[in-house]
Amino acid sequence: MDLHKLSLSKQLEGLKKGDFTSTELTSHYLNRISELDGQLNSFITVTEDQALSQAKAADDRYKTNNNFFLDGLPIAHKDIFCTKGVLTTCGSKMLSNFEAPYSSTVYEKLDKNGMVMLGKTNMDEFAMGSSNETSYFGPVKNPWNIEYVPGGSSGGSASCVSAELAPIATATDTGGSIRQPASLCGLTGIKPTYGRVSRYGMIAFASSLDQGGVIAKSAEDAALILEAMSGHDPKDSTSLKLDQPDLTNNLNNPIKGMKIGLPKEFFEKEMAPYVLKSIEEAIEVYKSLGAEIVEISLGNINLSLPIYYIIAPAECSANLSRYDGVRYGYRCEDPKDIEDLFMRTREEGFGAEVKRRILIGTYALSAGYYDAFYLKAQKCRQLVANDFSEAFKSVDVILSPTTPGTSFKSGEKTNDPVEMYLQDIFTIPANLAGLPGLSIPCGEHNGLPLGMQLVGNSLEEGKLLQFAHSFQSNTDWHMKMPNI
Amino acid sequence: MALSDQELREIAYLARISVKEESLPSLKKELEDILGLFEELDAANTSEVNAMSHPLDLSQPTRKDEVTEEDLRDELLKNAPSVKSGLFLVPKVIDGEN
Repeated sequence: MDLHKLSLSKQLEGLKKGDFTSTELTSHYLNRISELDGQLNSFITVTEDQALSQAKAADDRYKTNNNFFLDGLPIAHKDIFCTKGVLTTCGSKMLSNFEAPYSSTVYEKLDKNGMVMLGKTNMDEFAMGSSNETSYFGPVKNPWNIEYVPGGSSGGSASCVSAELAPIATATDTGGSIRQPASLCGLTGIKPTYGRVSRYGMIAFASSLDQGGVIAKSAEDAALILEAMSGHDPKDSTSLKLDQPDLTNNLNNPIKGMKIGLPKEFFEKEMAPYVLKSIEEAIEVYKSLGAEIVEISLGNINLSLPIYYIIAPAECSANLSRYDGVRYGYRCEDPKDIEDLFMRTREEGFGAEVKRRILIGTYALSAGYYDAFYLKAQKCRQLVANDFSEAFKSVDVILSPTTPGTSFKSGEKTNDPVEMYLQDIFTIPANLAGLPGLSIPCGEHNGLPLGMQLVGNSLEEGKLLQFAHSFQSNTDWHMKMPNI
Repeated sequence: MALSDQELREIAYLARISVKEESLPSLKKELEDILGLFEELDAANTSEVNAMSHPLDLSQPTRKDEVTEEDLRDELLKNAPSVKSGLFLVPKVIDGEN
């Protein structure tokens, strides 16, 4: 049986009914990884022994009817989530020897539900990048065409789910790092409301923007796992004091009469004709399901990119100051004094993009520039957030493309940072405002998939997933998988 | 936005990242391109807006001052590049006689 063709809920059903065991399911994926990942490089670490022992424990629980909610379902974790006793690198030379002494809350929650970890997925270094080419462990390839990038920074998570080397993967999103690779690999990716998913043990990039989520093959699969990952965590001071939301029970509710906003500022941009065509077709699907389409204005949305490239590097320059070669991680050879130790460790341990962002952030926070850049950016961030608040008074969700186009060839944008940053032009605003956003496949061009983005009001992940599921119940874009 | 070599050296020092002289020109160009993006914010009218430091309008939560972490000293030291007598080892930081 092609177990990897089953949805997560079908796999769970099969495990419960005893059609197959978790050991069989887990081995099936481990075999696919060893057979196919050589050409993709989507995993940094495959935790085979641990996976098989977790699977066996799940099987034992099924035998005695003591099973947990998601018992025996395999998952891949982005290598940004600390996993106790397992290499946790964040895609960096700086942490290339780091075995986490504790586990992230996300890992703990899924582990307590019985999920089996297949391994840790490759990513752009410290989650900085949109093509998964900045990883110290080498670039990740897009299973749709291995000459193309999978997107980033959660490129390994997207690539492995797209190639069906894992049924689902955790991911994180600071400016689009879940939604952009989901779009480029033909998958469903959701970034929940800031504060929904605990950041404890999730290696920090830009703390006011970072948020964990999942990349999956459908909204239904994503809902099942995101629900289990969510909920208040006293170990994260920015975790919302809310119980685990119900994301699965309302998936099938009709969207008839609900309103979809189209931000005119996005649609006024020069857009590739095939992108516009796919989006227009998706809008037609929603109209046929009874949704109402409304033009809206987000007047300050075009400020999002510069705001982001001040705030994110500023926060990263502070967060990454911890990597000094003293307590853990990489240390340079033969430091002559403490300053040499810091400066050479950081020069040798960080890649080019990470260093660029630390330098930009240091500049933006330095004396004389703080007001002009950082403070100004924070004020502009409020303007963007206000625009969204105003818009959600009259619409349920906001629809746009996820990315300016389909995937691009490896190496095509690596020498032009600003060109690479434009990849995230549609996704960054949701991070600035802390809103939930998802990407679902809605078309293709020259054999490469393309996604559309839905952004919801604060805490309305359920509604977003309902919109996504209703689209996926009436189209088959999400069913298309690459031939690999 | 122009950046002088001297400014770039100062920023790199503040960030404690050593930068090789030969890579200064290309790095400067990349950073100037990024800083060029920032100019778009000049036109925004923010005189009536408060700075948004965070997407959630929450106050900092506090907890009871109780020990919640177990002693992980040995566990944590395992990841250190250099350790002596249960302490992190670094090059000498205090001047003076040995």
